[in-house]
Amino acid sequence: MSVARFWRKQINRYNIVGTHCKTCDTHYYPPRNVCPKCRRDGDIEAYKFAGPGKVVTYTIIHTAAEGFEMQAPYALAIIELDEGPRFTSQVVCDPKEVSIGMRVRPVFRKLGESGDKGMIYYGTKYVPDNDRN
Amino acid sequence: MRDVAIIGVKNTNFGEMWDRSFRDIVVEAGVGAIEDSGISGEKLDGMYVGNMSGGQFVEQEHIGALIADYSGLSLDLHIPSTRVEAACASGGLAFRQAVMAVASGHEDLVMAAGVEKMTDVSSAAASAALAAAADREWEGIMGATFPGLYAMIAKMHMHQYGTTSEQLASVAVKNHKNGSMNPIAQYKNRITIDNVLNSIMVADPLHIFDCSPITDGASALVLAPADIAHEYTDTPIYVKATAQASDTIALHDRRDITTLDASVAAGKRAYEMAKMTPADIDLVEVHDCFTIAEICAIEDLGFVKKGLGGKMTEDGETAIGGKIPVNTSGGLKACGHPVGATGIKQLVEVTQQLRGDSGPRQVDGAEVGMTHNVGGSGATAVVNILSRKR
Repeated sequence: MSVARFWRKQINRYNIVGTHCKTCDTHYYPPRNVCPKCRRDGDIEAYKFAGPGKVVTYTIIHTAAEGFEMQAPYALAIIELDEGPRFTSQVVCDPKEVSIGMRVRPVFRKLGESGDKGMIYYGTKYVPDNDRN
Repeated sequence: MRDVAIIGVKNTNFGEMWDRSFRDIVVEAGVGAIEDSGISGEKLDGMYVGNMSGGQFVEQEHIGALIADYSGLSLDLHIPSTRVEAACASGGLAFRQAVMAVASGHEDLVMAAGVEKMTDVSSAAASAALAAAADREWEGIMGATFPGLYAMIAKMHMHQYGTTSEQLASVAVKNHKNGSMNPIAQYKNRITIDNVLNSIMVADPLHIFDCSPITDGASALVLAPADIAHEYTDTPIYVKATAQASDTIALHDRRDITTLDASVAAGKRAYEMAKMTPADIDLVEVHDCFTIAEICAIEDLGFVKKGLGGKMTEDGETAIGGKIPVNTSGGLKACGHPVGATGIKQLVEVTQQLRGDSGPRQVDGAEVGMTHNVGGSGATAVVNILSRKR
């Protein structure tokens, strides 16, 4: 992914900033410029999410995506934030520990890099929230 | 709108064809379909070609013009040719565009084709190209792979409905058996449940034998207005419905992880258009890019209650001779999955079945067949219904 393409959404990825529609009070992460429920009647504002959530479903990836070979096996999951929206992330722990419904909290982690001399991409991954499981 | 019929079909062999190029295979399919239809190529009014990623697989865009050129339909004739893209549903979409062209009266004799040449790049590069069907910025960047996305559907299906790894494997076993009777299939070997369960894990719970392969292949068919179809063939196959639906690009935004709402919507529209119900369908080609995808498909299309697709497969009800034969071609799993061609291949298979031309895998007395083609993890679905009777 190009530097500009990543940089553009840096705040959203680093700080879990999505959007909120004031018309229907629905939260979106990843951010959306158009509310799919209200469309032109929607009123979108930026919204910073608290962070914690739970695992909706997950898999342990053994055949890694390009650039993720060193991480395999890794747990890929759909996370539901406490405010409602769902998005895809990784759960960083012993893959055997991950389960559906498990409470998780966000951590700032490296996602990847553009080659040996390129930019390093950071973003939000998740770890088990052991105080709440 | 006019009624539309299929008057000619052709699939190339599916597999790793290192001696044959992108243009070689698509021209073979196109010329074959024209020969089968009995028309001559210069009579075509238009061509619609499904292709997912010529740019990434063979570094070639502008696919429509290339195919018209190498089919001999550009020189002097200048026949319009349009490339259509919706990831793995590109073929299904090309068919729908072609049907609409004929139904509207804008064009009479039209070709719908699909092609993908996937083995000219490494399997890692092919996987990266396929990953572009998901949300690059919010799924791919986190390390999602296609097997990974469908594995998350499978995990949820197992959690909610008690579906087992053995039931997933039974899809692959059945499709390899069907593929063993299909001369064009990439894999003609029969396999067992244990073969699947003992194969390497790609994305838990999906083993490598739960996944469709990387394939080269092309398929084509010729459409005509139903009123004149008998001028070309004794067995025109009529298009009773062609329906398409969209859903969220990312799996995480779906209403229900184990239901492909686009499949449900396209299926419902197709049944309404054809004035039919699932009970009217004699066979169906569904989009089994992974074993779990076939289980979801037979549920979403109304052949079995949600959650019981695994049991239905395990009980043999989707085998040839069962209640509703599913993927008589061998499906994407055994026949192969050249992504842009798959949607057309499904229509070629159903056409041959309805003509009674399918040899050892023939479904006795097949009158009505369905095809179901999915793009990505379910963001696009196309459902078509074909019939022997107008």
